Amino acid sequence: MSTESSEQVLDYPFRAPGPLEPAEEWAKLRAGCPVAHIRLPSGDRAVLLTRYADVRQLLADPRFSHQLAQEGAARIATNESGTVFENEAAASLVDGHQRWRRLLNKSLIAKRVSAMQPRIEAMTEQLIDDMTRQGSPADLLGAVGFPLPVWVICELLGMPGVDRDKLAYWSNTMLSVSHYTQAEIDAAQAEFARYFMAHIAAKRAEPGDDLLSELILAVDEGQHLTERELMMIGQGVLVAGHETTSNMIGKMMAMLLADRARWEQLVADPSLVRVAVEEVLRFDANAGFGLPRFLSEDVEVGGQTLPRGTTVICSMAAANRDDQAYERADAMDLRRSPNPHLTFGAGPHSCVGQALARTELQTVLSVLLRRLPTLELAVPAGSLARREGLLVGGLEGVPVRW
Amino acid sequence: MRVIVDTEKCCGAGQCVLVAPKVFDQRDDGIVVLLDAAPASELHAAVREAACVCPGAAIRLDEQA
Repeated sequence: MSTESSEQVLDYPFRAPGPLEPAEEWAKLRAGCPVAHIRLPSGDRAVLLTRYADVRQLLADPRFSHQLAQEGAARIATNESGTVFENEAAASLVDGHQRWRRLLNKSLIAKRVSAMQPRIEAMTEQLIDDMTRQGSPADLLGAVGFPLPVWVICELLGMPGVDRDKLAYWSNTMLSVSHYTQAEIDAAQAEFARYFMAHIAAKRAEPGDDLLSELILAVDEGQHLTERELMMIGQGVLVAGHETTSNMIGKMMAMLLADRARWEQLVADPSLVRVAVEEVLRFDANAGFGLPRFLSEDVEVGGQTLPRGTTVICSMAAANRDDQAYERADAMDLRRSPNPHLTFGAGPHSCVGQALARTELQTVLSVLLRRLPTLELAVPAGSLARREGLLVGGLEGVPVRW
Repeated sequence: MRVIVDTEKCCGAGQCVLVAPKVFDQRDDGIVVLLDAAPASELHAAVREAACVCPGAAIRLDEQA
């Protein structure tokens, strides 16, 4: 990279003062340095955007993808197989143009996801039954947040429930930046590939009432999806849909319970759930890395021209706290509406699973409000431990009692 | 109020369907379908929210109409 200047180069990602708090750099950069030079864990250089308008503009620009597996793009970490952004499956999942992504989009459209809601609710009830049977206190993340999205994905892909734990491990490992060794990451990818190829073969032989069977039978541009494309879907859905949603369930509950008034407001008026979930998504300061964009041509952003060949990191979490875009941006307002936050990205590359994620979050919150209105954190919010080594920000656990 | 949707800009996120299901639907491929171009006044708040949160900025409102 040739971004040489006398400007300060900041090490990225930043360290925040607490598990639910924003990094101190965000407000400073938004105010004084909207296009900041940063050094990634790999040592490669990139540029960081933190203002709402800039982040939205670049994310919504259809010319740029987050495919970093190309010549000249910065590497995020030093692992050979790289991260989710250098991973072909996950990268093309956000790219929008492949026909399999188009087919997946079709399967995950909002009204179809809404039709899945009763099943998601039943699974949530079952997980809460198991948790309450073990008794208070419990780790809400381990008991509900971590398993639920895997259960949902298993159901979506028509996988047997007994394989849920294996899937959880593989997706956890494939998404790692530095938590697992290269050998562990390679092994997880290989094991998952083997498992999923066998699963595709089984579904081909005997289609079921699930998304994978539907995709196997689907015809687009006069052709069926290839084995390789189906593989991409399986891997993409798992890495993009599991960890992200699990972590968000944990963080949602931590944020809402960190200030009891928030929880009590929702217990008193559960009709706020939909709007509250959007605010939780906006307010999440422990959101991880942000989304990269590799500039295939020059672009003007934040009053500066960024040259072709630049790797840009868009911090949606910093943008979501921009007081130029939101009144009292640093306050959590469970009635805030409308709430056009950037947590799922923007434009043609925005998250294909956002309707599903929203439905899972709304369902978990609604069921917990109804089943466990006395829920509270069992430790001070400031002592919750962040998960390290993942691109997607999260907590190690969310200890609760009721 | 008159609602105008741009199917070219629509990215199929479905936020509008979740926020204002009486006014917006989705085709099989996720692209927006406008059910009611002149929604009744009790739906205006939801339609404004849908327009504002649309990730593709594909919904335009003519408040004068």
